[in-house]
Amino acid sequence: MTDQVLKQITFTINGVKRSLAIDIRKSLAEVLRQDLGLTGLKQGCGVGECGACSIMVDDVLVDSCIFLAVWADNAAIRTVEGEARDGKLSKVQQAYVDEGAVQCGYCTPGFIMATTAFVEQCEGKTVSDDEIRKAHAGNLCRCTGYQHIFNAVEKSMTPDDPMPGQDDHPNQES
Amino acid sequence: MAVGKSVKRIDAVAKVTGRARYTEDFFEPDMLTAKYVRSTIAHGRVTAVNTDKARQIEGVEAVFTYEDVPQTTFATAGHPMALSEVHKDVEDRLLLTRDVRFMGDEIAIVVARNELAASEAAGLVEVEYETYDPLIDPEDILAQDARPIHEGRSNIVGEHNYTFGGDVDQAFDQADHVVEGRFATAMVQHCQLENHIAHAYMDDLDKIVIVSSTQIPHIARRIVGEALGMPLSRIRVIKPFLGGGFGNKQDVVLEPMVAFLTLKLNGRAVQINMTREECMLCTRNRHPFYIDVKTGVMNDGTLVARDMDAISITGAYASHGHAIAAAGGSKQSSLYPKAATRFHARTLYANIPVAGAMRAYGTPQVIYALECATEDAARKIGMDPVEFRLKNVARQGDINLLSNKEILSCGLVECLERGRDFIDWNRKKKDYEQFKTGPIRKGLGVACLSYASGTYPVCVEIAGSRIALNQDGTVHVLVGATEIGQGSDTVVAQMVAQTLSFPYEDVLVVQAQDTDVTPFDTGAYASRQAYVVSNAVFKAANQLRDRILAHAGIMTDEDPKHLDIVNARIVDNRTSEAVMDMKTLAIDSFYHKERGGQLTAEISYKTTTNAPVFGCTFVDVTVDIPLCKITVNQIINVHDSGVIINPVQAAGQVHGGAFMGLGAALSEEFLIDPESGYVYNNNLLDYKFPTFTDVPPLNHDFVETFEPTSGYGNKALGEPPVVSPPPAIRNAVLDATGICINTLPMSPHTLFSAFKSHGFLDGKGGQHV
Repeated sequence: MTDQVLKQITFTINGVKRSLAIDIRKSLAEVLRQDLGLTGLKQGCGVGECGACSIMVDDVLVDSCIFLAVWADNAAIRTVEGEARDGKLSKVQQAYVDEGAVQCGYCTPGFIMATTAFVEQCEGKTVSDDEIRKAHAGNLCRCTGYQHIFNAVEKSMTPDDPMPGQDDHPNQES
Repeated sequence: MAVGKSVKRIDAVAKVTGRARYTEDFFEPDMLTAKYVRSTIAHGRVTAVNTDKARQIEGVEAVFTYEDVPQTTFATAGHPMALSEVHKDVEDRLLLTRDVRFMGDEIAIVVARNELAASEAAGLVEVEYETYDPLIDPEDILAQDARPIHEGRSNIVGEHNYTFGGDVDQAFDQADHVVEGRFATAMVQHCQLENHIAHAYMDDLDKIVIVSSTQIPHIARRIVGEALGMPLSRIRVIKPFLGGGFGNKQDVVLEPMVAFLTLKLNGRAVQINMTREECMLCTRNRHPFYIDVKTGVMNDGTLVARDMDAISITGAYASHGHAIAAAGGSKQSSLYPKAATRFHARTLYANIPVAGAMRAYGTPQVIYALECATEDAARKIGMDPVEFRLKNVARQGDINLLSNKEILSCGLVECLERGRDFIDWNRKKKDYEQFKTGPIRKGLGVACLSYASGTYPVCVEIAGSRIALNQDGTVHVLVGATEIGQGSDTVVAQMVAQTLSFPYEDVLVVQAQDTDVTPFDTGAYASRQAYVVSNAVFKAANQLRDRILAHAGIMTDEDPKHLDIVNARIVDNRTSEAVMDMKTLAIDSFYHKERGGQLTAEISYKTTTNAPVFGCTFVDVTVDIPLCKITVNQIINVHDSGVIINPVQAAGQVHGGAFMGLGAALSEEFLIDPESGYVYNNNLLDYKFPTFTDVPPLNHDFVETFEPTSGYGNKALGEPPVVSPPPAIRNAVLDATGICINTLPMSPHTLFSAFKSHGFLDGKGGQHV
């Protein structure tokens, strides 16, 4: 590879600063998966149709397959790998587990990020069913019919329990 | 009691954290990438291939053409090996072909050090053709002078007839009314989120390891052996987490090629990772059907006769071929078992993409035509469509006259009653009378379905399970049942927990399939998995239970018959007092110097029954005539799938199926140029499968019966929910508008033609209604 296709960029990934020489032709999805081994994001189309590669760049949800890695210079990137901390799932992840919103799981990392971005943007606001649906319309799922994902998004938006994670019957359908 | 509870999916945490590893997430050092060179015409023969320019691209390691591959044709369908000729799959495929049979056919393949070089080089392979007229329309394919799409073979891949329930012609003669209809369904695609992907390498001089996103690891292993002329034992197939299949991966698509490439390239790892466009065009699709239906009915609402003549288009290669039409047609006998019925089907080759297995395997097409025709018959005699079905559908104790087996569990009548109540049928029927004219119309629709719980007696139904007690008192379970996202690993854990009386959390199912390790099972298809594995798991868990109790008896000097397992403790069943916990027992069995051993159980079991399942869809729709748009206001699927092992997961299957049915009903179709065979929309932007904003809230209900032939009373559920939404919506549109739309999908394009021909629209955007 010649020097012309390499560029040194710096960003934070899930809170950790990284600096690396990347192939300027690569998408951010490719750099994250191939260069950093962050394989949580998935590629279902490569052209921004399916949303399986959704991540957050400076708190904005993007399809990382059509987001050039060079554009991420100096940005703060969040991927699904950074959402669970200290052995505990994020509220959104827990809601997906509890509501049965996961089947094959291939769209799940992208959906988790889409819901996370939506929940953070809408904090303190009341949202309509249509707003939930529109905010996730860029993420395709072929397994669930979106129903349980809808339920998980709703659950992600409810105020925290006084005793989070201490649900009496975590395995029961509500 | 783990069965019947909505326990958390066994793999949910792995998936929400992004830690679940799929085929693309496994890297081999120095792995090469391969790209197919695909035909740019639909029908013809290659006269010359020039690979010189391609070979000059930096990074290209090899180029292979149809001249370099084994000349043994093989079958790709993911069926168990058939010992009888009649059920043998059609062997019509080579790894690369000189004869072009659809636009996208595989002529050559380039292997390079990276994807960029492989793609660039593939584009530089020069191909010259002798071209023939593409055969796409059934009339052209069946014409006397039509060119055989496969030399030496008829363009009819398969044909058969069956009748049951008496003399069909006589029943028609005696019928008060005979209603006829012609129906057509579109070619649709699975669109599983994970495209087809596989890589292979050799870890020895004569042993190939294939990592693949497949629903059928054990079958793939056999077919790769057949395609390459290698002993099966030299091939190992590993299936990691899988991003959906829906039947598209119940076919051997990439595995023989990656195995061939690693053999040719001295054992180096080679991967094929299809693009979405390739995956949609060049893997498998759902067979389009053309069906003529005749229904004989009495004035009192008795369905007396049915005649169905179907043409199924399998495209360029047989794949599952005629099995699809045969399987689809066979579901009538468990739905309307009393009518004298005749079914005739022919499956044709055509110069369009290859059709194969897709969720419910021919049944959505056949039941669509059947349930539209049933609706038309009910309307002919002026009978309420729900009452008409209640009068004629199967009940427990009826005989399925095709299999000559008694239907041992059937809750279809209750499914219909519950669906009718949910949708508020009787009240809305009256309310909607005022919406039968004008631009906005409303209607209700219903459709039923029947399906099977496996493939027996057409194919063998074999499942295997091995359970081993761990040193910490938990168990690990190995099954050949293939988790593809449907949740089979979770229900297997529930079944084992139930029988062993262990907490669900103490039952761990080994996630990946590895044909060198996992017990033999033919894979995930035919909604067979939970039904067929249930008996193997039940027997293995009971065997392990006996062995645990026997060891407890040795440890305590008690007769094992006085001992029991309750919540993973050994209990004296005379006093109900706990004797020891499972870890204590396990440690003793492993490490006591004179007694015990690792406690395991293993069962391979063949199921020789096949329980029919039932269900129905009810919909409430609004039809906007000027916009040519159908809005589904409300939809519910009600299913009898026996005992529901995991209600939340089961609901997920129903929602997903209903959603796929909605897509097939309203928007999904491959747009194929009738002259050239070019597919206009093999991408996720132009192929319209519903997004989050396109689906209404999805409702479901279960009528739980107990199926005595199943380990836990459960029956099939994965595929059936996709079947009944399209006819239910068509029947609701008929209710709303009085027009029979007998073509799927009922897209705005289709509705525009129908409304125009009925004088609802003037064809210029104006309306006459």
